[in-house]
Amino acid sequence: MTTMVEIENLRKTFGPIVAVDGVSFSVGKGEVLGFLGPNGAGKSTTMKMITGFLTPTSGTVRVCGHDVQKEALAAKTRIGYLPEGAPAYHDMDMTPASFLTFIGEMRGFRGDTLKRSVSKTVEKVNLESVLDQPIETLSKGFKRRVGLAQAILHDPDVLVLDEPTDGLDPNQKHEVRTLIRAMAQEKAIILSTHILEEVHAVCSRAMIIAKGKVVFDGTPAEFEEQAPMHNTVLITVRGVETAIAQERFMTVTGVNKVEDLGKDGELVRLRIYPDEGQWTLPHISQFAREQGWDVQELYQDRGQLDDVFRLLTTPQQALS
Amino acid sequence: MGRIQVIFKRELASYFSTPIAAVFIVIFLMLSGAFTFYLGNYFARGQADLIPFFDFHPWLYLVLIPALAMRLWAEERRSGTIELLLTLPVTMWEAVLGKFLAAWCFTGVALAMTFPMWITVNLLGEPDNGVIFASYIGSLLMAGGFLSIGSCISALTKNQVIAFVVSVVICLGFILSGFPMVLDIFGWAPQFLLSAVSSFSFLAHFESISKGVLDLRDILYFFSLMAFWLFATVTVIDMKKAE
Repeated sequence: MTTMVEIENLRKTFGPIVAVDGVSFSVGKGEVLGFLGPNGAGKSTTMKMITGFLTPTSGTVRVCGHDVQKEALAAKTRIGYLPEGAPAYHDMDMTPASFLTFIGEMRGFRGDTLKRSVSKTVEKVNLESVLDQPIETLSKGFKRRVGLAQAILHDPDVLVLDEPTDGLDPNQKHEVRTLIRAMAQEKAIILSTHILEEVHAVCSRAMIIAKGKVVFDGTPAEFEEQAPMHNTVLITVRGVETAIAQERFMTVTGVNKVEDLGKDGELVRLRIYPDEGQWTLPHISQFAREQGWDVQELYQDRGQLDDVFRLLTTPQQALS
Repeated sequence: MGRIQVIFKRELASYFSTPIAAVFIVIFLMLSGAFTFYLGNYFARGQADLIPFFDFHPWLYLVLIPALAMRLWAEERRSGTIELLLTLPVTMWEAVLGKFLAAWCFTGVALAMTFPMWITVNLLGEPDNGVIFASYIGSLLMAGGFLSIGSCISALTKNQVIAFVVSVVICLGFILSGFPMVLDIFGWAPQFLLSAVSSFSFLAHFESISKGVLDLRDILYFFSLMAFWLFATVTVIDMKKAE
């Protein structure tokens, strides 16, 4: 895997406030890195330093081998950037066509090459229908697509997208994610999001930032494993005493704890916690059958991503 | 076509795609005409020159140019496009210069549209056209000076109203820097500083060009003034990007 973005000990302070506190990581070609974190955690600030908009207080960012500060122009030609909120010029006659032409010219395209790259990008993000409408009058979804279009116009090696799906409806979100996935093979993509499910949907790697520091870095599956309820088994049986069921389940291999979730008429609901790394569902299912219990419901909980997020980003919970 | 030209082209087009161009040019022409004929007693003087016309330019610019310049950077900052612009492969200087030159060119267009005045004075008498030409050059240089100040102040704030008011005050200071109003503020200062301050006066340099003498020192004054304020613009943007 070719390394496209290398970040070393990146730090940014605004007066007394430390926005980004010693962040280091690298992103390779084919990776889609999802940045997660509470508001104000330093996601946007980190992205702004990667794209060269903000100057780091200390530390370095290298994009395709070019130091973003020292070789700014060389680095910037390799990056496509969608700033938060997808800003675009709102002059009265600025249309997606004229806007993309302007961006293309700034990127050094002229004549036929310019026309070709604009029309290719327009096709990719489905902007044909609004190409000559003023950007000002477009819907949020289209505006976002215009923002994406300007970011990918020059087919950059590195794509930095600050909340690309924020404020879009579910269909538009789906479209943007499909687009990102389609480009993932060829590029290194860094995107930030508030939507935890998005990490599953598009990212190959998740990184959680809290208070300017990286608190988690791994695959979406590893992220999920951090959930306190991950791989617990929920079971509902009929016609058994709670205490007896609890006691008997404890004898099953790999079971660590059986929690009573309360009785609902005849139904006994339990949550069964496995020992670390154990796969208990088949054992539990078999055991219940052997006992001749009437199982109404049985499923394995993947755990709530929200719980992991809270656990990793709020200090009080991390202690308990 | 370099990147400065690309920015220049887009900026200039944006003036003409909004009502700014029409409003600015019409007001500039109306006021410069009204001042010349009513306040300047153009006819009563019975002289074939454009002195009453050019005399009012500093005061017209004082109000109109900060109004034009206030959006240069404040608007980019407010709408967030500054992030877009500065993450394109462009240096800060190219961005600042491209925008400034577009605004300057636009004031040049407005100024050029006062040509009927020049024709009129030629029909009425036999003016010294060399003096009038020099005055036009002087006026354009002065407009550039005002604009560069406005550009820097506009980079300081998101708020266009603040940018406007502060620019007007600073420009007024530059117009009046040879007058007691400004010099009295520097009453504590030694003599050499006082003469330095008074040598900053727009009026003095503009008047000497308006006499028909295109002195290199006056031209150099306006260009170094612009260079200074544009450099300040670059510095301010660099410092305040994060906000």
